[in-house]
Amino acid sequence: MTHALHTLRRPDFDVIAGWMKADESVLDLGCGEGELLQLLAGRGLRGWGVERDPGRVLAAVENGINVIQSDLEAGLAGFEDDAFDHVVLSRTLQTMRHTQQILAEMLRVGREAVVSFPNFAYWKNRMAVLNGRMPVSEDLPYQWYDTPNVRFFTMLDFESLCAGMGVVIRDRQVLDERGECVTEEHNFLGSLAVYRIGRGG
Amino acid sequence: MAEPGSVGPVESRSVVFTTPLTFAAGVTLPEWQLVYETYGTLNAERSNAILICHALSGHQHVAGYPADNPKNLGWWDNMIGPGKPIDTDRFFVVGVNNLGGCHGSTGPATINPATGQPWGADFPVVTVPDWVQAQARLADHFGIDAWAAVVGGSLGGMQALQWTIDLPARVRHALVIAAAPKLTAENIAFNDVARQAIITDPEFHGGHFYRHGTRPTRGLRLARMLGHITYLSDDQMAEKFGRKKRPGAGSYGFDVEFEIESYLRYQGDKFAGWFDANTYLLMTKALDYFDPAEPFGGDLAAALAGASAKYLVVSFTTDWRFSPARSREIVNALVKNHKDVSYVEITSPHGHDAFLMDDHYYHAVVAAYMANIPT
Repeated sequence: MTHALHTLRRPDFDVIAGWMKADESVLDLGCGEGELLQLLAGRGLRGWGVERDPGRVLAAVENGINVIQSDLEAGLAGFEDDAFDHVVLSRTLQTMRHTQQILAEMLRVGREAVVSFPNFAYWKNRMAVLNGRMPVSEDLPYQWYDTPNVRFFTMLDFESLCAGMGVVIRDRQVLDERGECVTEEHNFLGSLAVYRIGRGG
Repeated sequence: MAEPGSVGPVESRSVVFTTPLTFAAGVTLPEWQLVYETYGTLNAERSNAILICHALSGHQHVAGYPADNPKNLGWWDNMIGPGKPIDTDRFFVVGVNNLGGCHGSTGPATINPATGQPWGADFPVVTVPDWVQAQARLADHFGIDAWAAVVGGSLGGMQALQWTIDLPARVRHALVIAAAPKLTAENIAFNDVARQAIITDPEFHGGHFYRHGTRPTRGLRLARMLGHITYLSDDQMAEKFGRKKRPGAGSYGFDVEFEIESYLRYQGDKFAGWFDANTYLLMTKALDYFDPAEPFGGDLAAALAGASAKYLVVSFTTDWRFSPARSREIVNALVKNHKDVSYVEITSPHGHDAFLMDDHYYHAVVAAYMANIPT
């Protein structure tokens, strides 16, 4: 049951892949070892990944995916406008300092973008804070002192930022800690949010 | 018995081509020779061949050693051999000395049939596309329709890139290491100072020093000293030499006082003892002229639009001769065309020379990429 394990580990991948079609192009920011791009390549997409960590870059080369070693905080200056059908930033936005800049850059180089992030307003996270502790969960799996996350925000926060930036939300899928789809009380029951966004106007 | 990982004893061979080759400069060589070495075995499908392109002072002796001189290791012996990143158990690897070289291929020291004298300064200026055409004839000689990969560092990487533009059907992968899509004014400036050092040496005799039984070693030594500075990094020089002084320093004179002076003079002397000054001029000129985007109005992406190879582009953080930003220009042009490309920026203190060094991570990246190349 390798597939089930995989899905359990990265349930957002199936959502992301569901928004894409064969022969489309995709840029995966913070691609890690290239798991998502391998999944998408299997579905006939053409992909490139951006990754900073040398160990993950090496693993991505081993996995035979196109990986470009670069630091996202420096922006996407090397990529042309409208270069890709999709630009993906999965579980990485919360680790970046230049939040608005990267969102704007994604929608410059991509026709549309996909962003997934842990929802800080998930009820267990709220409980943890009410009990006086920072939350640790499936989607926020770090202690406060070793977390790579630098931005803590909720679905409502993200949607309000999009509205402020003139970014259009085209689709949204919300998952609980087990990777199951949440159908109500999203900002309370959702542990991981996946958004498909585009340029406004 | 060769040590593990070594291709063992090797010998250079030569092949004479009797079909004329016309250079970009307009000169035609009716008959010409290339010297080469090979390692590993060409498979029945002839699909496992790798071409190694050399840089400014390189040659065909890439791996292993001559049977009579075990200390004379090939210039990329750490990269090529059984079980090494470019694995000769899987691949048939070809090293070649380029035209204009001084290791046996037709060059300035070859007799010009028209005069009965060495070509000297009359040898045509060769360009990277000229070399690609000549290397393609060598592929024909082996019956190789397409290289599994063309690999090179620095000027060698430029040849790998040019291959994918000029003969896209004949190269499946290109490893473009520590290269640039063209030289900057600063790069050309350094090259011209090196050339001027050679040309103004009284022993140069307008490039016809052979007939005077002499060599412009002073000029060549200066050229190499200058070049060597550009191959190192400031950090590495600081760490290796700093302001360390030689014994007897502090005499307020102009003899060698600092270790860096001693090192550079040694490197210059060593190089001037064996390298051909005319070849040095030709190699630096090939660098200056390299600009595959020029016929496409300066648009590198347009130049690469017809390429069908997959690419690995590698740069080194402290390389200021061809900095990581220059490699990114190549990567960006490839991505713009939706070509398959991976780009790795290796953290290294060794400057431009890092591409020749035995660095664990660098070699792991090349090995990983090579392992995915089907044969």
